[in-house]
Amino acid sequence: MTTIYDQGRPGRRAVSLPEPSHPEAEILDSIPTDLRRRTPPRLPEVSQPELIRHYTALSRMNYGVDTGFYPLGSCTMKHNPRLHEDLARLPGFAGLHPLLPAEECQGALALLWEMGEYLKGITGMPGITLQPAAGAHGELTGMLLFKKWLEDRGELGARTKILLPDSAHGTNPASAAMVGFSVVSIPSDRRGMVDLNALKQALGPDVAGIMLTVPNTLGIFEEDILTITQLVHNAGGLCYFDGANLNAYLGRARPGDMGADVFHINLHKTFSTPHGGGGPGAGPVTVSEALVPYLPVPGIARGEEAYHLDWNKPKTIGRVHPYFGNVLVIVRALAYLLTLGDAGMREVSGGAVLAANYLKAKLKGTYKLPYDRLVKHEFVLSGEGLGHGLRTLDVAKRLMDYGFHPPTVYFPLIVKEALMIEPTETEPRETLDAFASALVAIAAEARERPELLREAPHTAPVRRLDEANAVREPKLRLDL
Amino acid sequence: MNPYLPHTPDDIREMLATVGVPDLDALFADIPPEVQRRNRPLGLGGHDEQAVHGHLTSLAERSTGHRLVPFLGGGVYDHFVPAVVGHILSRAEFYTAYTPYQPEVSQGTLTWMFEYQTMICELTGMEVANASMYDGATALAEAVLMAHRATGGRTVLIPRSLNPHLREVVATYAWGAGLTVAEVPYDAHGRLSLNGIPPNACALIVQQPNALGVLEDLAGLKDRLGKAFLIAAANPIALAVVEPPGAFGADVVVGEGQPLGNPVAFGGPLLGFFATRMEHLRRMPGRVSGQTHDLDGKIGYVMTFQTREQHIRREGATSNICTNSALCALAATVYLAALGPGGLRRVALLSYERAHALADQIATIPGYSLALAGPFFHEFVVRCANPEAAVERLRREGIAVLPPSFLHPLGVRDGFLVAVTEKRTPEELDRFVSALRRKDR
Amino acid sequence: MIPKELKYTQDHEWIRLEGDKAWVGITHHAQGQLGDIVFVELPPVGKRVQRGSQIATVESVKAVGEVFAPLSGEVVEVNPVLAGSPDLVNKDPYGQGWLFALRLADPQEVGGLLDATAYEAFVGSGG
Repeated sequence: MTTIYDQGRPGRRAVSLPEPSHPEAEILDSIPTDLRRRTPPRLPEVSQPELIRHYTALSRMNYGVDTGFYPLGSCTMKHNPRLHEDLARLPGFAGLHPLLPAEECQGALALLWEMGEYLKGITGMPGITLQPAAGAHGELTGMLLFKKWLEDRGELGARTKILLPDSAHGTNPASAAMVGFSVVSIPSDRRGMVDLNALKQALGPDVAGIMLTVPNTLGIFEEDILTITQLVHNAGGLCYFDGANLNAYLGRARPGDMGADVFHINLHKTFSTPHGGGGPGAGPVTVSEALVPYLPVPGIARGEEAYHLDWNKPKTIGRVHPYFGNVLVIVRALAYLLTLGDAGMREVSGGAVLAANYLKAKLKGTYKLPYDRLVKHEFVLSGEGLGHGLRTLDVAKRLMDYGFHPPTVYFPLIVKEALMIEPTETEPRETLDAFASALVAIAAEARERPELLREAPHTAPVRRLDEANAVREPKLRLDL
Repeated sequence: MNPYLPHTPDDIREMLATVGVPDLDALFADIPPEVQRRNRPLGLGGHDEQAVHGHLTSLAERSTGHRLVPFLGGGVYDHFVPAVVGHILSRAEFYTAYTPYQPEVSQGTLTWMFEYQTMICELTGMEVANASMYDGATALAEAVLMAHRATGGRTVLIPRSLNPHLREVVATYAWGAGLTVAEVPYDAHGRLSLNGIPPNACALIVQQPNALGVLEDLAGLKDRLGKAFLIAAANPIALAVVEPPGAFGADVVVGEGQPLGNPVAFGGPLLGFFATRMEHLRRMPGRVSGQTHDLDGKIGYVMTFQTREQHIRREGATSNICTNSALCALAATVYLAALGPGGLRRVALLSYERAHALADQIATIPGYSLALAGPFFHEFVVRCANPEAAVERLRREGIAVLPPSFLHPLGVRDGFLVAVTEKRTPEELDRFVSALRRKDR
Repeated sequence: MIPKELKYTQDHEWIRLEGDKAWVGITHHAQGQLGDIVFVELPPVGKRVQRGSQIATVESVKAVGEVFAPLSGEVVEVNPVLAGSPDLVNKDPYGQGWLFALRLADPQEVGGLLDATAYEAFVGSGG
C-alpha cells in the first residue's frame, strides 16, 4: 500500500494560501532563536490531483455501511441518513465557537437542551449530561458518579468493588479500573443470563455496584433485571447500564424503569450517526434522582427567556469534556430522533429484533447456537466443529469474498469461536437472505473445500496480514 | 413509511413466520411486562425530511455567534479548512466504516492512520503516536494517568497558565484515579515558574503556548524533573515554527488537533493527538496502526499492540478508550498533506504575523497595552481597565473575543484574550483596532 | 509433549528443580493456547515473590497470558534472549524458551507441584 509520502515531489502543494506582508524568512527571524523550530516537520508535498487520487484510492480499499452489509455485533452499523451530514455542516453549528457567551449561542444550546430532554424521556431517567464523547467515556463518567456518590455518603473506603457479568464489553472493567475500583466477575448461567446465586454471594458491604449490558452481549435480555437491580440496591450498591444495545428496545422499555442509576447512550449506534472509521461518537449519560447532584458542569438549562449554562452543582464530579460534548454528532442524532418520533422508534427496535431472530432462525441449523433463546438485536453463533481445523476467523475472512463485512468475532469471551451478528433494522430482507445463504455456503465449503476458507480472503485488496510480525518488528510510522 | 426501514408488511409477516412468532410484540416477551407497562412515549410524531431540515436549520440560525468576526481561541481556533478536506471526508467508505477490526477490508483507514501517526510524530518531535483521542483535554488527562502508571508518582504539577478547560478535565480524571494536583505559578512574563519538584510527582504539564498565549521555554525543564514525566500540551499549528517539545526531552506530547482541518463545531467533536517515546509504547492508550505484510509479502497495515487495549486486557488496559476521533484525525491528515511543510509554515507565519501586527496596533491605543512581556504565537492578553466594556464595544462592531471571565481562573482580571489566525484579514484587524480606538459616545 | 522430569502447575507452568534453584517456563499446551508469542515481560532480577503472585506476562497478538510464581523465592535469573526472540517460547517451551529462575524460599512448597502424570491428566480433563 503506498502512502501519501510516496506521492508528489518537493515544492508541490495542494492548496493556495494568502501572502504574508513580509517575507517569510523575516517573520521567522522575529521568532526568538531559542524557540524557533530548527528543522521543519517532514510532511508530504503533493499537488491537489495527487492528493485527491491517493485518498480516493484509499477509500476504495475500505468497507463501510454504504459498501454493503456490516453486521458487526454490538456496533449497530445501521444506515446513516444523508440529511444529517448536511445539517451537521450548517455554520450555526459547525462554525460556532464554544466559548462565546450563552446569548450568542441560543440555537446550539436549544439543540442540546432539546436532545437532553428527549433522552431523559427515552431512558426514563431525570438527569443528563451530554459531555461524554463516546460510550467508554460515558462509562468513565458513570464510574466517577459512583465514586462521588460514595464519597458523599462516606462509603468510599468501604465500597471498592464493581461487579461485572463475564459477558461484559472490555470497556466496562477498564472504565471501573480508571476510577480505582476492583472488578469482580459474575458468571452467566445456562440461560446466558446473570447467575442470580453468584450475584447474591458477591453482593456485600464492599460492593459499589454493578455494570450491566442490557440486553447482554449474547443478545439476551436479562429476564431477571428487576430482581438484579433490586438485589444490588438492597445491598447498598448502584446499577450502571451499558446502553450500547439500546437499539434492542428503543421506544418499548426504559432503563429507568428497570432500576438503572446510570445509563449511557451510544448516539453513533442507536441514533445512527456515522462511525467515522472509529469515531467520533457521542455517549450522553442519564442518571437516576440520586445521582443528579453529581453530574458534570456545566449543565444546559432553560430559563424563562433563554437557555443558559448551569454551574450550580456544588457536588459535581467536574468536567469530563472541555466544552459541551460532541455537538455535531448530537445534531445528527436529533435529526434522526425527530424523523422517527415515538412510532418510528418502536419500528426501529421491532425491525432490529425481527432481523436478528430471523437470521438466527435461518442459521441455527448450520452453525452451533450455544444459547438458543429469543434474542433481541443480535445473536451469537459458534464456529466450533467446522472441521479440518477451521476456525471462526476463517469464516470471517471467507465472508469478505461473498461481499460482506464479517460479524464481530471471538466476543463475547464466554462463547468459544464466537460469531456475534447484529443485522440492524435497516437491511432489506433480501440482504439478510443473501447473508444467510453465504454463511450456509461457507459451512459447506468448510466440509468440501477447506482451503477456500483457510486462504480467504481471495478478493480483498490484501491477503491475510502477519499480525505477529507487526508486533515483533514494530513499524508505527514511516522512516523518512 | 420510514425511509430508513425497508421491511414491508409482507416482509414482516413472512419473517415472523420464519421465526415462529405471531407478531412483533411477541419478540419482546422477555422484557418484564411491568417494565413495558411503565414505558411512556415522548408524545413525538415522526417528521418528513423537509420538516426536520427546517427545524434544525432554524436552531442553527437562532445562534448569532457564528456571524461575528472571531478573534476567539482558548483552545479551539478558526483556521481556514481547504475544500479538499471536506470532500475527502465525505467519502462514505471512510465515514460509514467503523474501527478497522478486519484489516483486509480496512486498508484505507489503516493506511491513513499510519500516515497520521507519522505526521504527528514529525510535528511533535516524538517517536510514536496513537491514532487519536477524543480531544486535547482527555488526551492530556490520559497522559497524566500514563505518567502515574510509569512512575508510581501520585502528584501532578499543573501550571496556573494551563487552559482552564483542560485543567478541569485533568482534575476530574486525576480525582478519579486518586491523584493530587499541585499548581505551578507563572512569572511576570507569563511563563512557567518552577521552584521545586515534590518527591512523589508523576508529571509536570507544560502548555505550548500556554493559555495566556505565551510561548514557554522548555530548555532544561526535563532535567529538573527526576523520574517525573514532562508532558507537553502543544498547539499543532505553532509546532510548524516553534521547536517541538520532543526536542526538549518531553515524555509525552499531546494537544488539541482541531486547528488541523476541523471546524470549531461548538467544541465537539475535537481531536486529541497523543505522542510518546518508543520506550513507553506499551503504556500508551489508544489505537495504533502498524505496517506489516500479507501472505504474498505485500505491504499492509493492521491495528497492532492491541494487548494494551480494553478489549483484550480489560481492567489491566492502558485506557478504556474504544471509539475515538478517527474522522477528525483523517481531516488532520488530509489537511497536513494538502498544506505540506511550506503551507503549514505559511499558515503559522500568517497567524503569527497578523497576531503581532494587531498586538502592536492595540498597544498604541491609549488605555490598552499588552499584559505580558513574554513571546507569543497567535494569542495574547490585552490589558485594560474595563475589559468587559472593551469586549462589549467590539461586539457592537461585530467582533467576537472570549469573555474576560475566561482569564479569571488564571488570575487575570484586567484583560481579555485575543486570538488571530490566518483567516483574519488586514481589514478585519483594522476594524478591531478602530473599534477599540473609537471613543464611547 | 510433557517431559517426565519436570514439575507443573495448574496454571500451565513447568518447573525444573536444581538444588534450591527452580527454572520456570510455560508448557507446550500453554504456548499452543496463546498462539504466536510476540512479547514476554519478565520480572527484575532480585525481586522477591510469593507463590501464586503474578510475576510475568506472555503475550500473543490478541491474548495476554499471566504467569504466576509457582514457588516463593527470589528471582535470580531471567532469560535474556526472549526480549529479541519471544517466539522461542513457542518453538522450544521447555528449553530455550524458559522464562526465569527462582532461588526457593521454602523448599517444602515443592510438594504442592504436579508431576508429569498428574499434569497430563489435568490437561486431558480440559484444565
